[in-house]
Amino acid sequence: MSLNRDQIAMRVAQELKDGYYVNLGIGIPTLVANYVPEDIDVMLQSENGLLGIGPYPTEEQVDADMINAGKETVTAALGASIFSSAESFAMIRGGHVDLTVLGAFEVDQNGNIASYMIPGKLVKGMGGAMDLVAGAENIIVTMTHADKRDNSKLLESCSLPLTGVGCVKKIVTNLAVLEVKNGAFHLLERAPGVSVEEIQQKTAGKLVVPDHVPEMSF
Amino acid sequence: MSGFNKVVSTYQEAMAGLSDDMTIIAGGFGLCGIPEGLTREIKEMGVKGLTIVSNNCGVDDFGLGILLKDRQIKKMVSSYVGENAEFERQYLSGELEVDLTPQGTLAEKMRAGGAGIPAFYTATGVGTPVAEGKEVKQFNGRDYILEESITGDFAIVKAWKADKIGNLVYRDTAMNFNPMAATAGKITVVEVEEIVEVGELNPNEIHTPGIYVNRIIQGTFEKRIEKLTLAKN
Repeated sequence: MSLNRDQIAMRVAQELKDGYYVNLGIGIPTLVANYVPEDIDVMLQSENGLLGIGPYPTEEQVDADMINAGKETVTAALGASIFSSAESFAMIRGGHVDLTVLGAFEVDQNGNIASYMIPGKLVKGMGGAMDLVAGAENIIVTMTHADKRDNSKLLESCSLPLTGVGCVKKIVTNLAVLEVKNGAFHLLERAPGVSVEEIQQKTAGKLVVPDHVPEMSF
Repeated sequence: MSGFNKVVSTYQEAMAGLSDDMTIIAGGFGLCGIPEGLTREIKEMGVKGLTIVSNNCGVDDFGLGILLKDRQIKKMVSSYVGENAEFERQYLSGELEVDLTPQGTLAEKMRAGGAGIPAFYTATGVGTPVAEGKEVKQFNGRDYILEESITGDFAIVKAWKADKIGNLVYRDTAMNFNPMAATAGKITVVEVEEIVEVGELNPNEIHTPGIYVNRIIQGTFEKRIEKLTLAKN
């Protein structure tokens, strides 16, 4: 069975470590916050200037001055700090954020990522994504393995304009967990009930498959 | 201290001197921490051909979006746009020029502009459409592109509190781009929720020192919420 959005987020949450500062992008990455293991502490960074994103507010707590990078109303977690956009991107560009999780349209076997622009369609902009992928040591991409027409999103070479070059290290899709290194996708885990053959069939780029590919466990 | 009293009482005084084809640097992230009244005044002045440097461009009837209807904006320098129908129409028809700039690069362009640094190297955007036409230089084996800083004829800023000599304090994530914008305008105009006497703000807690600020006006704010998201149950 291929994973749903929440299950992808659950699998990504297993990559979190106690004491991590983490930036979560919009969409599936945001859901990761719901599955942080109870025995660890992480601080979520929001690039509009908040380190320590708390839960969504109650009606009484709603404050127009308190939003996340997705422009949703949020609260501040215990121990949070608030700062300017320049300070926020100093953290990001300076490599101080331990893990960045973001979505993508395409990733290729050299770790290039395309996530912000489809030529011919309206380009809304890259927001902070280019800064995040250029600044983070540790980037996980979440996305579906193939598009609705079954075209692979894991390519030999990205066809869309890039957001960043050679930066993606790990990918969690609805079918698999993969590592990107040495010019290839390396299959680490498969979703429960998903065959290696299906993953091979839906991976257009070079795929390295070890003898044993364990199923993800939740 | 009269030479330092920067408080003005009308929006006309606040934006006096703004004319066609000028560049305005605006604070705010989405609809959070935006100078609402100053933006309305720009609309009423009817100035055209503006270049606006701001992370976003508001929505159809609020924030910078209200300047679109009468085609007052010639060019936007932003990281994320298109939350409004009129923006999309003008953008797609080529009436509105858009310079998409990564968010951190945009913040740094303002910061550097205000600090007298004409350009800086960054890894952000290397190998992407953003790098086109820009100088690439290697440091420690990694490529960086040269990005030029930005200054404006005006900066429009929203703060929580100001004292009468322009020391500013922001509130929560309404800070965002405002501190950098405040440094990068030839004339920096700040709209605040509360003006206090000199001495009432703790010097240790001032975010923007008054040296950057030219005019202060007491505003009233709607503070519209773009995406109301509540805790479940």
